[in-house]
Amino acid sequence: MNRKGLLLRLELPSDPEILCVVRSAVMRLTEEMGFSSEECRGLTRAVDEALANIIRHAYDGRPDQPIELLCSRLQDRSGNMQRAALELVLVDHGTAADRKKLCGRSFDDVRPGGLGMHFIKDAVDVMEYTSHARENRLRLVKYLPEAKVEPKMGKGE
Amino acid sequence: MQISTRRFDKTAILDISGDIDLGHSTEVRRMVLAEFREKKTPRVILNLHDVNYIDSSGVASLVEGLKASRDVGSRLILFGLSPVAHEVLQISRLLKMFEIYDTEDMALQA
Repeated sequence: MNRKGLLLRLELPSDPEILCVVRSAVMRLTEEMGFSSEECRGLTRAVDEALANIIRHAYDGRPDQPIELLCSRLQDRSGNMQRAALELVLVDHGTAADRKKLCGRSFDDVRPGGLGMHFIKDAVDVMEYTSHARENRLRLVKYLPEAKVEPKMGKGE
Repeated sequence: MQISTRRFDKTAILDISGDIDLGHSTEVRRMVLAEFREKKTPRVILNLHDVNYIDSSGVASLVEGLKASRDVGSRLILFGLSPVAHEVLQISRLLKMFEIYDTEDMALQA
């Protein structure tokens, strides 16, 4: 992806009461970007679950810790084909996630808990997690369908 | 989120409205488990008609309720699932685990 444009940046407290506000914002943003209804619901669920994980695990339920959500449009053009994507980056400064738990559990394992990571993976094309110097970043990317770009007509053509 | 309870004979209907998410799933879990473990209610029906959203913690609460019902030989029934609630149970592969009906009448007759 060779172009990137910031669409939305939210600074949030780690308070579960804010989740419904973020869900509304992400749903609207994904609708505006042209994702299908199912994809919009999936992306909204992915962000909600990622925030819930940060609140529960990184910040151990403390409601006053900082979380940042950055939503950007990525765009790539190759020949007459154009591909766009939504990049969602969640940043926290809590305890880093246990990488083993980032896999989630099997859907066939019917028990409470462990579903959140599956909801996230189910909704996105790329999931990357990095942790460095007390800064944890979860990067999620969802591609829009590739679109054909109509060539611009020059004067006199 | 709000929960109110109606009782008919050996049945409790919990009318839930709002979002069952991280901030509210604990309350759903507490009330459902209390019906089975403390009140020994033989049949608990959850009215999800006015539930707009269920996250993984909400799904976990429903699964815990289902397990508690089985432990005591009772039943947990769901009805009125919104498309969003239906979808989250579907992608969790839990739809077949629950008794699910479209309407309250169908749930009561089950």
